[in-house]
Formats: sequence, C-alpha cells, structure tokens
Amino acid sequence: MALTREQMACRVAQELHDGFYVNLGIGIPTLVANYIPDHMDVMLQSENGLLGMGPFPTEAELDPDMINAGKQTVTARVGASIVDSAESFAMIRGGHIDLTVLGALEVDVHGNIASWMIPGKMVKGMGGAMDLVAGADNIIVMMTHASKSGESKLLSQCKLPLTGANCINRILTDLAYLEVKDGSFVLKERAPGVSVAEIVEKTAGHLIVPDTVPEMKLQ
Amino acid sequence: MAGFDKRVGSYREAMEGIEDGMTLLAGGFGLCGIPENLIAEIKRRGTRDLTVVSNNCGIDGFGLGVLLEDRQIRKMVASYVGENALFEQQLLNGELEVVLTPQGSLAEKLRAGGAGIPAFFTASGYGTPIAEGKDVRYFNDRPYILEEAIQGDVAIVKGWKADWYGNVIYRHTARNFNPMVASAGKLTIVEVEEIVKPGELDPAQIHTPGVYVDRVIRGEFEKRIEKRTLRD
Repeated sequence: MALTREQMACRVAQELHDGFYVNLGIGIPTLVANYIPDHMDVMLQSENGLLGMGPFPTEAELDPDMINAGKQTVTARVGASIVDSAESFAMIRGGHIDLTVLGALEVDVHGNIASWMIPGKMVKGMGGAMDLVAGADNIIVMMTHASKSGESKLLSQCKLPLTGANCINRILTDLAYLEVKDGSFVLKERAPGVSVAEIVEKTAGHLIVPDTVPEMKLQ
Repeated sequence: MAGFDKRVGSYREAMEGIEDGMTLLAGGFGLCGIPENLIAEIKRRGTRDLTVVSNNCGIDGFGLGVLLEDRQIRKMVASYVGENALFEQQLLNGELEVVLTPQGSLAEKLRAGGAGIPAFFTASGYGTPIAEGKDVRYFNDRPYILEEAIQGDVAIVKGWKADWYGNVIYRHTARNFNPMVASAGKLTIVEVEEIVKPGELDPAQIHTPGVYVDRVIRGEFEKRIEKRTLRD
C-alpha cells in the first residue's frame, strides 16, 4: 500500500535529531511537525523570519502580526527569535539550518529539482524555494512517486524548469525512500506492502536496487 | 531638535513627492506588516507607471492589489504573486511586467541597496531560468550568480512604534522586509501604530534607526489576516 500523507510525514520525522533547526516547506512537509518525537527538541524555522515556530493559535492568541511562511497565523514557542527577511535567509543560505524538507514536481538522478513552474500555466513564483535548496546541505524531498496520470516524477533529467541544480540527496515518496548518488537513485526502503517491482516500474531515472530492500518502519 | 522631527500630520503630506514612473519599494510579507494606509494614499493620488518591489502584490481589493485596479503598476518585482486574480489577468493581457526573484535574493538585493553594495554573488537560482544572462563565478568549486542590488525612489514601510526622530521598532513577524525596504529608499516613509517621544524607545532595541527614515506618520490599521488558522 502506498503511504498516506501522514505516514510519509511519520517516516520523514525519523530523520530528525534532537537539537535540529528545521525548515518545513508548505504543503505535506508541514505535517512532519506533528510527528516530532516527545523526547526531542526541534526548532522550526519559517523563512518569513520566525525561528521557533509554535502551534497554531487559539482564538485568544490569534495575532495578525504573527504568521508563518504559508501566511497562516501561528505562535512562537519558548526560545524563539524573530528576525527580518534578510537575516532569515542568511541563516538558510549560510547553511545554518540542519534539515530542509520540501515538496517537488520532479527530481532527477543528478539531484536537480523542479518545483515552482509549469510552462503554460500561471507562474506564481518561487518564493523562498530556490534559496532553501541552494543553502541547505541536508534536504529531503517529499512527493508522490508518480503523478495522478501515472507518470514517474523520478527522472533521468528534469523536464520542468529547475528550482535548483545538484542539490537533492534524499527523497521520500509514497512508495519508497531513496537516495541520489553518482547519477542514480538508490532504493533504500520500500513502503509496507509495496513491491520492488512496482517501484522499479514507476521510477523513470536509473535506479540501483540493492540485494535487500527493507520495509519502512512506521511507528 | 526640529531637524530630526520626522513627524507629518497627514497621509497627503506623507506621500508628497511620489511621481509617475518611479520605483516604489514596499515592506510586508503577504498581508502581514504592509503599509496599508500609504498604499491607499498612492491609490487616491493615482500615481501611474510604477515599478513596485515587494515580496508579494497583496490580494484582490487589499494591500498592493488595490493599485492594480486603476492599472497604477507597470512592473512588479516579487518572489510570489499567487493570490491575486486581477494580477493574473493583467499579466496575461501584457499590461503588467513581472520579474520573479527568489525571496532570499530579493531581501538581500534590498539590504545591499541600502548598504551601498551594488551586487553580490549567491548560489540561489543557479542552474534555473532566473540565472539566464547573469554572470557566473566559481568560489571553492561552487557556481554562484551575480545579483544586483535594488534601490527605490520611494520606500513605504509599516512599523509598530516610532519616535519623533524616525527610530522604528517592528512587531513580531510584521518586521519581514520592512527594515531592508526602509534602508533602500531615497525617500523613506514609515507609518506606525504609535509615535512616542524621543527617549521612550530603548536605543539598543531599535530595528530601523532614524537615519534611514524621512517621514513618520501614525495610522489606524485593519491588519487583515490572509489565512486565519487556529488549533483544534
């Protein structure tokens, strides 16, 4: 069975470490915040200038001056700091954020990512995505393995305009957990009940399949 | 004393000097921390052919979106413009030119513009469509593109508190692009929720020093929320 969005978030959360500063992109990556283990302290960065994002507010806490990068109202946690946009991106560009999780439309075997533009459709803009992928050493892409029409999103070469070049090294899809290495995808884990054959079939770019591919553990 | 008193009494006076064809810098992220009354005054004046530099372009009927209604914006420099139907329509009609810029590069272009740095190298956008035509240089075997600074004829800023001298502090994430915008304008106008006497703000807590600010005005703010999200 393909993973649900929640299960995908649960698997990505296993890559967190105590004391990590983490940027979670808009969309599915946001769900990772719900699976931070209780024994771990993780500081979430929102690129509009909030380091230490807390939960959504109660009615009483609601404040129009306190939003996240998705423009949702939020709170600040204990230990948070608030900075301007230049400072916020200095943290990102300067490599101070330990982990970035973001969505994508396509990823290829060279670690290129396309996530912001579909030619012929209204281009809304890249927001902070180009800075995030250029600045982070440690990025996990979260996306479905194939499009709704069944086309693979893991390609030998991205077809859509890029968000960043040679920057992605880990991918979690609804079918598998993969790494990008030396011009190939490497299959590291498969979703419970998903066969290696299905993953091979839905991966367009060159895929290395080790002798044993363990099933993902979902807590 | 009077030489440093930046207070003005009306929005008409606050926006005096803005002219057709100018480059306007505006603070704000989404609808958070936007100079909503200064934008409304520019709409009232009908200033046209503006190049507007701001992270977003408001929404239909609020924020910078109101300047689209009478086609006052000719060119928009932003990182994300997704929440505005009128924007999309004018873009598709060819009435509006758009330059999309990575958010971090936009912030840094404004910071550099205010700090007297004409350009800088960044990895953001290398290998993407926005790198086309830009100089590339390698540092430590990594490619970077040259991005030029941005300066504006007029900068409009939303602060929380200011003193008569134009020292400004911002509130929470309403700070966002406002400090860089304030520094990069030839004429910088700040609207705030409260103006206090000199000496009432802690000098060590000032976000934008008065040296960057030409005029200060106190306003009333709607502070519309774009995505009201509460926990269960």
